[in-house]
Amino acid sequence: MSAPLVQVRDLKMHFPIYSGILRRRTGAVKAVDGVSFDIRAGETLGLVGESGCGKSTVGRALLRLYEPTAGSVVIGGDDIATLSPAALRAKRPMMQMVFQDPQASLNPRMTVQAIISEPLDEQSDWDRDRKQARVLELMDQVGLNRRFANRYPHEFSGGQRQRIGIARALALSPKFIVCDEPIAALDVSIQAQVVNLLEDLQDNLGLTYLFISHDLSMVRHIADRVAVMYLGRIAELSPRDALYDRPLHPYAEALLSAVPEPDPSREGARQRIILQGDVPSPANPPKGCNFCTRCPKVFDRCRVEKPDLVEVEPGRLVACHLFPAITKSSLAQPGGTEATEPKQLGEVQ
Amino acid sequence: MPDGAAPVLDVRGLKTVFRTRGGEVHAVNSVSFHLKPGELLGVVGESGSGKSVTMMSLIGLLPSPPAEVRAGQVLLDGRDLLKIDANELRDVRGAKIGFVFQDPMTSLNPVFTVGSQIMEPLIRHMGLTKAQARERAAELLALVGIPDAAKRLKDYPHQFSGGMRQRVMIAIALACDPDVLIADEPTTALDVTIQAQIIELVKDLRQKLGMAIVWITHDLGVIAGIADRVMVMYGGQVVEQAPVRQLFSDPRHPYTRALLKTIPSLHGARAARLQAIEGQPPILNAAPVACPFRARCAHAHARCETENPVRRAVDGLDVGQGHDVACHWTPEDAA
Repeated sequence: MSAPLVQVRDLKMHFPIYSGILRRRTGAVKAVDGVSFDIRAGETLGLVGESGCGKSTVGRALLRLYEPTAGSVVIGGDDIATLSPAALRAKRPMMQMVFQDPQASLNPRMTVQAIISEPLDEQSDWDRDRKQARVLELMDQVGLNRRFANRYPHEFSGGQRQRIGIARALALSPKFIVCDEPIAALDVSIQAQVVNLLEDLQDNLGLTYLFISHDLSMVRHIADRVAVMYLGRIAELSPRDALYDRPLHPYAEALLSAVPEPDPSREGARQRIILQGDVPSPANPPKGCNFCTRCPKVFDRCRVEKPDLVEVEPGRLVACHLFPAITKSSLAQPGGTEATEPKQLGEVQ
Repeated sequence: MPDGAAPVLDVRGLKTVFRTRGGEVHAVNSVSFHLKPGELLGVVGESGSGKSVTMMSLIGLLPSPPAEVRAGQVLLDGRDLLKIDANELRDVRGAKIGFVFQDPMTSLNPVFTVGSQIMEPLIRHMGLTKAQARERAAELLALVGIPDAAKRLKDYPHQFSGGMRQRVMIAIALACDPDVLIADEPTTALDVTIQAQIIELVKDLRQKLGMAIVWITHDLGVIAGIADRVMVMYGGQVVEQAPVRQLFSDPRHPYTRALLKTIPSLHGARAARLQAIEGQPPILNAAPVACPFRARCAHAHARCETENPVRRAVDGLDVGQGHDVACHWTPEDAA
């Protein structure tokens, strides 16, 4: 738990909008618009937010499944965002991904054996026996019966399919895994099985996770620190207990208060913050703070000036004008205004 | 809730089977429940537990074949909905029973305006003229909290956000002032802040209009905040039924108990490890002869293998009236 394994600085991921007969570029969906954070080795960073806030895009851009528009992603010393294809390929084994929908992310025509060994086929020069042995070892690790190695994904339940996806991600002994909503498609009674497995694997293999989820109570369980995203930007990044006990950013506060809890007496007594309206379009975010159109505590400055993500209490980063910075944030690059286009990378495409 | 009032909806011994090439699937097995006027009944269960199929069976929304309602009675105002013909049933759907589905994008027709979709049941069931229906549709949209309602009647579903679409669905379901509203996972496809808006809306509408509601969900948190009474389903059966506070404070079925423990909490102490329910839900390819939960149950014993438990009262009231559970085991056995 010391040096950051992953350092993200002012990451931007804009998707161009083309329109008209000439398909001219007329704008951009700013899915991720200046996001910075660190993930320390061995920790789990939870990334929460509502659909469309850009949390999955962050996960994908981090592993360069998208070409980031701007910003840097340093994982284990190399800037993933600028590596050449060959160098990126050599780097792939250390960073892997577990996807949301185990139905869609497994090839229905491949056996479990073939699915789990595919990363080995691509990245290693092992012979068949060695790969076979590794596949069986991985199946043991994720709690799949070895005898099912020659079966196809449709023969498995959702929870078991997610185990196959996890085994595939582990095949190359990665250090860092992006878990993109790994339990969202599973039933409540199965979710705990998969989360327990992810935690066991972290303990045994020393993994570092970015855990992307919209399930705030599950994130409280699994994450060490939590980043709350809203409309392409991080609203608050705090240690878990601090965030859940006393959320600072008004959006984090509203989000937590909206989560229904399985306790009728608490639900009856609860003062819920009901946000008005809907999330604005990321193609046309509001001027000033992204949250200013729905914020119950909005004031004039919020409508003109974007707040930077700054340290407002030790270890707590918040992007809100209500909370002044106590120090110059360690995440130096403030991000935000269009003017600060980082130097490393021009616009890709 | 008015105790002792005659139920608006009374379902007895409902059995629904799907006939597939691979054999029969017994999706709903002898489900009985009732709904009192103005009451909100929560139905909880995981996918495949039979909660949606039960509700769709009631009003003939399942395609037949493959579905077949094999037994049971569905009494609405003393009339058995399983016995009446398709035309009569059409008069019940929409007029007496409103339905809100999970996904508001796929349940609204993309090529008709929202206005025409709200007006349709008004013209069909209530015999309003187009002009009257349009006026009423605007009232309904305003009622469910859509600003600028009269103008938005001309908009198409894609011009509304997810939460707004679900408000439109609710407006359609409420158009003919039904006695019963069945909401099948109405907030599952929505974000939590939007979910909170819809829940507040339904609470508000209940007070204004007083219809009885069946709210299907897999989210125990939602149930805790909104239901009067809860029915827990597993493997196509009702395994426990109780007033909401009793269900959460004194769950009796091992499945309910495990389910409540498996959810991580937002407050209080954080468990080092989640309590998982090991194993998988049952495959319902035969009529049940044993308890459907036995393979995953911490308290299963020999009797659970040979005899499917029937619902028995926990608190001395009749089954269905108070707290009942379908289990051979009691927590006192453990003490």
